[in-house]
Amino acid sequence: MTTEHKTLTIDNVSRRGFLQGMLSASAFVICVRKFPLLASAAKSGAPLSPTVDTTAFHPGVYVGINPDGTVVIVAHRTEMGNGVRTSLPRIVADELDADWSRVTVIQGDGDDKYGSQDTDGSHSVREFFEPLREAGATARLMLVRAAAEKWGVPAEQCLADPPHFVSHKTSNRQLGYGELAELAAKQPVPKKDELKLKSRSEWRYIGKPAPGYDVDGICSGKPVFGMDVRVDGMLYAAIAHPPVLGGKVKSIDDAATLKTVGVKQTIPIDPFKPPHAFQPLGGVAVIADNTWSAFKGRKQLKIDWDNGPNAAYTSADYKKQLQETARQPGKPVHSWGDADAGFSKGGKVIEAEYFAPHLAHASMEPPAAVADVHGDKVTVWAPTQNPVGVREEVAKALGLKKEDVVCHVTFLGGGFGRKSKPDFAVEAAVLSKKTGKPVKVVWSREDDIKFDYYHSVAAMYLKAAVDQSGKPTAWLQRSVFPPISSTFDKDATYGSAGEMSLGWDVIPFEVANFRAENGPAAAHVRIGWLRSVANIYHAFAVQSFANELAVAANRDAYDYLMELIGSGRVVEGPKGGNQELANKYPYDIARLRHVAELAASKANWGKKKSGNGWAMGIAVHRSFLTYVATVVEIEVDAQGAVRIPNVYTALDAGIVANPDMVQSQFQGAAVFGTSLARTGQITATNGAVDQSNFFDYPVARMNDAPAHVDVQIVESDAPPAGVGEPGVPPFAPALCNAIYAATGKRVRELPLSRNGFA
Amino acid sequence: MVHLKVNGQAQSFDGDPEMPLLWYLRDILGLTGTKFGCGMALCGACTVLENGKAVRSCSTPMGKIEGADITTIEGISAHGSHPVQKAWESVNVPQCGYCQPGQIMQAISLLSSKPQPTDTDIDEQMSGNICRCGTYQRIRAAIHQAAKETA
Repeated sequence: MTTEHKTLTIDNVSRRGFLQGMLSASAFVICVRKFPLLASAAKSGAPLSPTVDTTAFHPGVYVGINPDGTVVIVAHRTEMGNGVRTSLPRIVADELDADWSRVTVIQGDGDDKYGSQDTDGSHSVREFFEPLREAGATARLMLVRAAAEKWGVPAEQCLADPPHFVSHKTSNRQLGYGELAELAAKQPVPKKDELKLKSRSEWRYIGKPAPGYDVDGICSGKPVFGMDVRVDGMLYAAIAHPPVLGGKVKSIDDAATLKTVGVKQTIPIDPFKPPHAFQPLGGVAVIADNTWSAFKGRKQLKIDWDNGPNAAYTSADYKKQLQETARQPGKPVHSWGDADAGFSKGGKVIEAEYFAPHLAHASMEPPAAVADVHGDKVTVWAPTQNPVGVREEVAKALGLKKEDVVCHVTFLGGGFGRKSKPDFAVEAAVLSKKTGKPVKVVWSREDDIKFDYYHSVAAMYLKAAVDQSGKPTAWLQRSVFPPISSTFDKDATYGSAGEMSLGWDVIPFEVANFRAENGPAAAHVRIGWLRSVANIYHAFAVQSFANELAVAANRDAYDYLMELIGSGRVVEGPKGGNQELANKYPYDIARLRHVAELAASKANWGKKKSGNGWAMGIAVHRSFLTYVATVVEIEVDAQGAVRIPNVYTALDAGIVANPDMVQSQFQGAAVFGTSLARTGQITATNGAVDQSNFFDYPVARMNDAPAHVDVQIVESDAPPAGVGEPGVPPFAPALCNAIYAATGKRVRELPLSRNGFA
Repeated sequence: MVHLKVNGQAQSFDGDPEMPLLWYLRDILGLTGTKFGCGMALCGACTVLENGKAVRSCSTPMGKIEGADITTIEGISAHGSHPVQKAWESVNVPQCGYCQPGQIMQAISLLSSKPQPTDTDIDEQMSGNICRCGTYQRIRAAIHQAAKETA
């Protein structure tokens, strides 16, 4: 029985074995299918995460109630520290009036029935808030009606209270959800207008802080990450990848490798056919009976490489090219007023160039996956943000159908976008097929840093004409970076509309004449998305430049920024964008002002004078539909050593599911921001990446991370927006603005370590 | 043949003496709570206790630990009842959780030598353990809480 709502369908799937093995045969199971909010966005279908809704298609949310009263909720999104295994089920449990202690969360395999499961773009709660609530409310109403039928009383007299029970108060009767499950499964599915969603004041779990569902297990080392999967008879593989993208093996001498204790064999892996997309890089795999032997054997390999078309790529020269391109007119992205006319009126012109390097994800768990190929059936265990992608790519590589590939999603030891790309899982499948045994592919940290899908390197040029008061009358900004689309189209050189929407096609400033442009750049390494993506370099440039204008006007940075943001209004993006999304989530300047005021007030902005090695800096940025302001307080000593005693962040993400986890995400974002701002850079020489491990690609440790991050969450009734990524972009410019205020030294090129700071 | 104790159980190993303890624990004994992060003692994900003191198991060759008493995250308490685990849970420290076994082992080692650590002590002893999710602020709070509870 199906009930169609405007954008959802709700099915009673109790007898259809959809969740076989997870639930008792007589369990009550509801499935809510969501038609994407933005059906029009699905047309491009490109796996480019920043345009988050492009791949969403009819995702299903499953809720089951066993006769023993256990409520089973399938987490169809990936848990990688983002808290979805807690936040999503709690939304269902709230409307269901379930007792949270009796909720079991099951990780969904990669399966078409869940729709797109690609967990990136900070949209899990945003996209599933309504379906999850309706799923819970539907199941609750069916349980209530089941009880009413059993008691022979009107359903209106029955209540889901206390949690996990239906009561008939006047006759003092009560039945547990488990007792009602079988009868509830026979109820017709209510229509949408019969559902009564709770009001905010009735929420039991939504908006209330809660610890992570898995916290106890994590603290005992129990969760199985991709790296931890063990299958009987499993072999271990380490792969020598071509040092340069597109390189190939010319010859191999594996004599010493084969003499290494524990090594079984070596297997060449074919190079990819361009575009590389999610294909393995190729190279030579060393197969052994444990990880250590595979690593040790790999060290003994002597491989002569043909380095291919990217062998001349060297970062220093490439940087000059990007900067040169950024000085030339580019492709217009969006504009208002007439920037050229604005500049032609004369007045003082201020220009600046900014540069931000490639970054690697460096999640704590390097890529690893296990695959077991039996004839034309494949089972994969992978720490993946994109289990459907794993199935598709494995099927493609082995000449099978997607339906032949099962993907079990493990815990992820961090993802940050890296684990949306299934190349390493494909490697495991290829090797399992060749050995006839289950194979675990383990990437070392060196593999992870040298063969990433890198966050893009970018050069930005900004120019403003300012009036007597120092306020800009015309603003031009141009960014140049090798785009993510180069991963899927080797000839792509311009940023996509998605990348432009990440902090570049509009600015939140009251400037009469504005134009944003983008220039071309060819990629020579694999480009991918990393937590907050193009927002990182775009926010760095825009928010640094705003601060440079404040300095030029001899104004307080916060006062000037607030004037630049101006009065409450809605900022319109380029035409042809996603209008449905824009209508639901208008860019509301009043909300941006509010977070800036909140952060500055929490930081006691302006109470202490900057200089002498102490200062605060501020930046604002809206990304993933969330408004963020960040104030960074720093101390710099005479040697340039920077300490960050405090960070004050304020955010407006609409309704938040779990404020404690939102706090965690923004505390973590400040640390992630510290890493990229202080030391984050990937460079290449003759096509090969120079960095390899945490000694030459350092990430923030406890003693260089902010000592304290204060997170203010605006209480809002607006629809939920993203929380995993939006904390990152304003951090680096706020930090660099603080450094300027403390030292008079302007950082226009990230990271700080290139500017004499440590 | 190397003899050692792992979580109270006697074990012996006659494989490659260069094999780091990490891979012996994970691949041979199946104790996967101890994590691989860098292989160079740079990140602390592989931290275990050797005779009560934190060591990086990724850089501890099996040939050099004859007679050692090794404790891993699986061995610190029967049901997650160690005060450090309890503090970690109550502060809700983890995000992805991958580095947390190493962080917890390092914190246990720290508290055994400094039962009431200052922020500076914590910085000094915990800065070898990387958390890419950025849970440092909560790790510090959890260590203070564990210290208070065991005082």
